[in-house]
Amino acid sequence: MRLLTAFLRFWYDFVVGDAWDIAAGIVVVLGLGALLASRQALPSEGLALAVGAGIVLVVGASLLLEARRHGRTSPLDVDAQGRSAGVAS
Amino acid sequence: MGLTPAALALIGTTFVAAAVEVVEAFTIVLAMGMTRGWRAAVLGTVVAFAALAAITVVLGVALKDVVSESVLQLVIGTLLLIFGLQWLRKAVLRSAGLKALHDEVATFREGQAAARRAGREVRLGLDWFAFVVSFKGVFLEGLEVVFIVITFGLAASNSETARVENGVWVAALGAVLAAVLVLLVGTIAHRPLSSVPENTMKFAVGLLLSTFGTYWATEGLGYFSPRGESLHWPGAGGDVPWPILGVFLAWLVLARLAVVGLRRLPGVPPPVAPPADAEPAVSGA
Repeated sequence: MRLLTAFLRFWYDFVVGDAWDIAAGIVVVLGLGALLASRQALPSEGLALAVGAGIVLVVGASLLLEARRHGRTSPLDVDAQGRSAGVAS
Repeated sequence: MGLTPAALALIGTTFVAAAVEVVEAFTIVLAMGMTRGWRAAVLGTVVAFAALAAITVVLGVALKDVVSESVLQLVIGTLLLIFGLQWLRKAVLRSAGLKALHDEVATFREGQAAARRAGREVRLGLDWFAFVVSFKGVFLEGLEVVFIVITFGLAASNSETARVENGVWVAALGAVLAAVLVLLVGTIAHRPLSSVPENTMKFAVGLLLSTFGTYWATEGLGYFSPRGESLHWPGAGGDVPWPILGVFLAWLVLARLAVVGLRRLPGVPPPVAPPADAEPAVSGA
């Protein structure tokens, strides 16, 4: 069980890392895109543009959240390992 | 055999991506080699390279032969997006001063300190600590490069507008060249390669991975359409890859705006690079 947990933990860290909000946002955008594609709700080119814009918005929102976190904590307190307190390494 | 512009672009991308990771892995191996001895450190590195090569071959062949084009685009694009956006996000935060720049000299010193504290356990005739740390350092840093090589290589093999024959092998060539160059320079310098502009390189690679990830993941969503064919971006299929250039421009503008905006937050000083000429306190084993 410990081995399985460590294995899953490794892949979570490797794939998602410290930006879980971006990973979750991309899954939501691609999921919605898949749904719209299956129902042919938009023409192919329109759907491609909409999904692309959605992905860009997810990253923009993640960076805005980072900025808000910066306002609440103090990310410039760099610790001995060179990590910023407000931003996970 | 002449290299096409698409092949050269592929080699260039994997070269830069691999160079960043090999510099970081080299620092770890150097700390082990100079503190604990070179035999175990070099063997750990060689075994890790062999494992990475095996994964590249197995995954490259499996993904190429087993799945359809749209699924391949979806899988490749999603993987590239995840890695690319992680690289881009970190590069933006570092450029804005919200995250400390990577300091190879500090990493080297930490590695040396850990190597001195560790006990001496011998397995298979090797200093096990140096072997395991070197193996893990090279393997973990290299795993991201393997995914980049496989995804870019397969995508180039399947591209309609910029096709590269044997894309995975061509992509691997870029990574191998980077590894050879970094190891050569590092061996001659015999110190951490702290003057390499890692964040600028990560910014560039992050932009490229995010661009192609967005492009291919979106195209791959066509798998879910009734006909199962890839989605088409507006303007795709011509001689000039306008959609790819457009997506690249969107990421570039967003990243630059983010850096400028985050720098304006109260209390954020300009990023300070670690001293490139700082002599690490190295000592031979």
